[in-house]
Amino acid sequence: MKNIGRQALQGVKVVDFSWVGVGPLTTKYLADHGASVIRVESVQYPETFRVTVPFKDNVPGINRSGYFAWYNSNKYGLALDLNKPKGIEVAKRLIAWADIVVQSFRPGVMKRLGLDYEDLKTVKADIIMLSLSAQGQTGPHSQSAAYGIQLVGLSGVTDITGWPDRDPCGPYGAYTDWIAPQFGATVLISALNYRRKTGKGMYIDLSQCETAIQFLAPLILNYVVNGQIYSRRGNRSPYACPHGAYRCKGEDRWCAIIVSTDNEWQAFCGVLGDPDWSKDPKFSTLLNRKKNEAELDKLIESWTIEHRTEKVMFKMQAAGVPAGVVQNSEDLFEHDPQLKSRQFFGRLHHTEMGDCAYAGPSFRLSKTPCKLERAAPCLGEHTKYVCTEILGMSDKEFVGLLNEGIFK
Amino acid sequence: MTTENQQKLDSLLGGYRALDLTDEKGMICGRILGDLGVDVIKIERPSGDPARKIGPFFHNIPDPEKSLFWFAYNANKRGITLNIDSKDGQEIFKRLAENTDFVIESFAPRHMDNLGVGYQALSEINKKLIMTSITPFGQTGPYKDFKGADILGWAMGGAMHLTGDSDMPPLEIGFPQAHLNAGAQAAVGTVIALHYREISGEGQHVDVSIQESVAWVLSDALPFWDVNRSNVKRFGSVRSRPPLYAPRRQIWACKDGFVIFILMTGGLALESIKALVAWMDEEGMATDILKETDFAAISWTTTPPQQLESLQEPIGKFFMMYSVQELCQETLKRRIMLLPVCTSKDVRESCQLSARNFWEGVEHPELGASITYPGAFAKLSEAPIRIRRRAPLIGEHNKDIYEDELGLSNEEILTLFQANVI
Repeated sequence: MKNIGRQALQGVKVVDFSWVGVGPLTTKYLADHGASVIRVESVQYPETFRVTVPFKDNVPGINRSGYFAWYNSNKYGLALDLNKPKGIEVAKRLIAWADIVVQSFRPGVMKRLGLDYEDLKTVKADIIMLSLSAQGQTGPHSQSAAYGIQLVGLSGVTDITGWPDRDPCGPYGAYTDWIAPQFGATVLISALNYRRKTGKGMYIDLSQCETAIQFLAPLILNYVVNGQIYSRRGNRSPYACPHGAYRCKGEDRWCAIIVSTDNEWQAFCGVLGDPDWSKDPKFSTLLNRKKNEAELDKLIESWTIEHRTEKVMFKMQAAGVPAGVVQNSEDLFEHDPQLKSRQFFGRLHHTEMGDCAYAGPSFRLSKTPCKLERAAPCLGEHTKYVCTEILGMSDKEFVGLLNEGIFK
Repeated sequence: MTTENQQKLDSLLGGYRALDLTDEKGMICGRILGDLGVDVIKIERPSGDPARKIGPFFHNIPDPEKSLFWFAYNANKRGITLNIDSKDGQEIFKRLAENTDFVIESFAPRHMDNLGVGYQALSEINKKLIMTSITPFGQTGPYKDFKGADILGWAMGGAMHLTGDSDMPPLEIGFPQAHLNAGAQAAVGTVIALHYREISGEGQHVDVSIQESVAWVLSDALPFWDVNRSNVKRFGSVRSRPPLYAPRRQIWACKDGFVIFILMTGGLALESIKALVAWMDEEGMATDILKETDFAAISWTTTPPQQLESLQEPIGKFFMMYSVQELCQETLKRRIMLLPVCTSKDVRESCQLSARNFWEGVEHPELGASITYPGAFAKLSEAPIRIRRRAPLIGEHNKDIYEDELGLSNEEILTLFQANVI
C-alpha cells in the first residue's frame, strides 16, 4: 500500500483555550502533524506571550511576539469573548465540531464559564478534554497560580542545579514548561486511540509539577529508600572523568568533553599531544582522576583555551572521544551543519512579522513528517473563517454576532 | 469478556506490544508507553543492560538488580535477555517482530540494519511495525556518527550555554535530562505514527535526535535570536534581558531556604506583585517606591538596573524575615506567585501530592520491600495510568516469551542460554 499522502493527524480537530507555554506547545505537536487546531483568544485580555519580549525588531505589538509565533505554527486564531453568553454558545458549537478540547485556566474557571467536562459532554458525549495546570485540578494547592519559572523550584529541578559551594542557580527559564507538553501530547493521541476502540472520550487532569517529577524519579527513589538528598555537583559525573565544559578560545566559548573508558582516556591524551602531565600516575585510572579532578580540569583547560571549541570537538570526535561545542542560539541557527542538514528550523511568512523561523519537532516520521505550513495566527486572524467555513454560519449570522461584540 | 479484551479497556494503549532495545538514551520512551498499557518487553543482552549500573542504588548497594535508575525507567515493562549480535538472536528477534507493534532502539545509526533487523527488514516481515530510533544526532547528517553523552546532547542542543551563573562555566542540570527529553519526545512521535497506522495500515520509522530534543526544549531562548539577533546569555538565579539586562531575581534566600519569585509582565504577575506590596505594607516593610510604582506600566526589559534594585532590595529583606513554609502559606492565601525551592524530601512530603494520591507503592518481593514511587503523569477519568509491575529482573520473562509464546523447547533454551544468545 502506498503512502496515501495524508498527514499523520489529518482530520483531528482541536479547540485550544490554553495560553502561554504548556498548552500551546502540546497542541503544536498536533498542529504540525496535520490536526486542525483552533486557538480561542480574548482581544480584551491578550495572552501573556503576546505582550512579552522578544518583539520583532524590538517593536511591541500583540502580533509581533517571538514566543507566540514560535509556539503556534499551523494553528487557526479565533477571537471570542467567553464572558458573553453568545460567546459561550459559539464555544459550544466549536466543541460539537471538535475531537479534543485543551485548556489551562485556573481550576474552576471552565466550570464558571459553563464549559467544564460535564457541560462539554452534553454537547459531545465522546469529547476528550485535557485540563492543564501548575499543580493539578484538585488538592489544597490547586488554586496556586504559577508558571514554569516557579514550578522548577517546586518540582525539585532548581535545588539540584548549581555548584557545590554556592546557592542553587536552577535551570534556564521555565524548563518544566517543556516537559509537560511531551506527556500531554502523548496522552492526548493515546486518548484518541482509546476512543477509536471504545467510543468513549475522557477527562485528563495533567499537573505540570507531576510531569516534571517523572524526570527526577531516581532522585525521589533515592530519598524514599536511602533517605539521601542530592547535593549539587556542578558538571561532575560519578563514573566519567573528565566530564564537563572546558573553556576554549574566544569569549564565553566552551567544549563539553566526556571520557568514560580507558580507551577514550588514551585517545583524549593523544589529541592533547600526550603531554607529560597526562602520564602522571595520578591521572592513570578513573579513581585517580576523580581524586585529582580539580587539578585535571585546570590542566585540560590550559590546552583547550588555546583552541576554538569547534576544533576541539572535531579532533576529539575523530579520535573517538565524545565532545561537543556548548552551542548558543547563534550557533544553532547559523552555524550548526547538523541542524541545517536536518532542516530543524523551518521558515514561514507571518502576516505581520514577515519571515520567521519555527522549530520542527525532534522526531521525523519517515512517511508522514511534520509540515510547517502556516505561521502563527494574528489575534482573531481566522475568526471569520472558523465561523463561516468550519462552523457553517451564514454571513448574516456572523455579522450579527460581530456587531454584538462577541468576537472580542 | 476475555482477558485480552479487558486489557484493551483497562488502559489507553492496551493490546499493543513493544520490543524495547533502548539503553539510557531512550529508556523512558518505553516506560511512558508501558504506563499507557502497552506490553513493553525490555530486551537486554544476556549479562544485563549496562543501564543497571547507573545509580543511585537501593541501600547504596551496587548491584544490577538494585539500580534505582533502572527501577524508575523500566517499571511497567517485562524483560527478556537476547543477544541480537548472533544469528540465532536475530532469528528470534524477527519472530518476535512479526507480532509486535513497536520496536524502540537507541543503537548507533544503521547498527540494526547491519544486523539485518533494521526498519527495512522488519517492515517486510510486518508492515504495521513502527520503529522508533533514538540517537545523539539522528539517523542522518554530518554528525550522525558522533559519539554522544547526556551532557553532550545538552551542550550541542543549546541548553548548557544558558544554564548556570554568569561568572561560572556553563552547566548541566543536576540530574541528566537530555536523554529523558529525547525519550519522552520519542513517545510523542511513536503514538503519532500509531494514529496514522490505524488509518492507513502502515507503520513507519520514527527518527529521534537527542540534540534536537534539547534544542526544542530551548524554545524560550531561540526566538530572541530569530526575531532580534540577540544571543541570550546565562544568568543563573536572575533573569536578564536585552536591552538593559537589568537582573530580575528568580531565586531568593529566605530564613531557612530559597523561594522562587520574579517581577514579570502579564495579568497574573501584576496581581501578584500588588498583593505582595499590600502584604509588605501590612507589615510596615513596603517602601515608598514599591507603593508608588505603577506596576501595570512597567516594562521590565527597559527598567534601568538601579530602579529595579530599588524595588527588589526591600522585597529581598522582607523574604528574609520568613521561613520557606511561612512564605508559601501566606502567598498561597494572597495569590502571590511564589513557590519553594524543594529537595526530594520536600517533594515527597508535599501535602498537595499526597492529597492527589500521587504516590504509588510498588512491590519488590526479592528486596523484601514495598517502595513508594512517583505515580501517574496524568490523571485520566477512564482507564487510569498506574504502575502495574516493577522493572524486570534480568531475563525475568524468558520463560513466558521463549517457552510459552514462541514454543521453544527446553533443550533449545538450554542451548541458547549456554551459547550466550539469551
